[in-house]
Amino acid sequence: MPRSLRKGPYVYYKLQRKVDALNESNKKKVVKTWSRDSLITPDFVGHTFAVHNGRQFIPVYVTENMVGHKLGEFAPTRTFKGHAKSKVDKRTRRP
Amino acid sequence: MPRIAGVDVPDHKRGVIALTEIYGIGQSRAKDIVERVGIDLEKSPREWTEDQTRQVRRIVEEEYTVEGQLRTEVQMNIKRLMDIGCYRGLRHRKGLPVNGQRTRTNARTRKGRRKTVAGKKAAPRK
Repeated sequence: MPRSLRKGPYVYYKLQRKVDALNESNKKKVVKTWSRDSLITPDFVGHTFAVHNGRQFIPVYVTENMVGHKLGEFAPTRTFKGHAKSKVDKRTRRP
Repeated sequence: MPRIAGVDVPDHKRGVIALTEIYGIGQSRAKDIVERVGIDLEKSPREWTEDQTRQVRRIVEEEYTVEGQLRTEVQMNIKRLMDIGCYRGLRHRKGLPVNGQRTRTNARTRKGRRKTVAGKKAAPRK
């Protein structure tokens, strides 16, 4: 079920405060945040956010067509580097 | 065989079903259209009058996005997701399920046919 329109989009208030400050002073600074569930609103466009993925901060540069997504969608929380090669495979490859 | 929006529309099926051959027209829309034109639901396109066919064609082609255009739209939406590098886009790139389904088992529609991994124990028999 989608969020009630009456409430408006969810943006963590401290994050909103920081973005407002940046827009006010026309500065571009990386905003560090843990608020992965904040919705990207049009006033985020052009800023870079460092979104926590549980371990590191992933830099996310916000472009226009990211509006309407959440910050967390751009900072993957899982690392999967493929399955381990089986031992048998390695042995056969060696001459 | 009337041609509506490109190729389509078999002759021998009931109109409501025949229209669903068009990509972008399902049963609900087909029913809406046929009712709006005032055609008997049981009648097949063969039995439609020239004028009814024309009206159906006009509605399908002008009021709905169908066939090629719709396909392009869907592809563009997917492409957008992939380009902005969001989670759903990554799943599309990897050909894995997008909406949070499990992948430990199943998910064969997205992953395609099973690729057997050498050295992996086969499921124990009984």
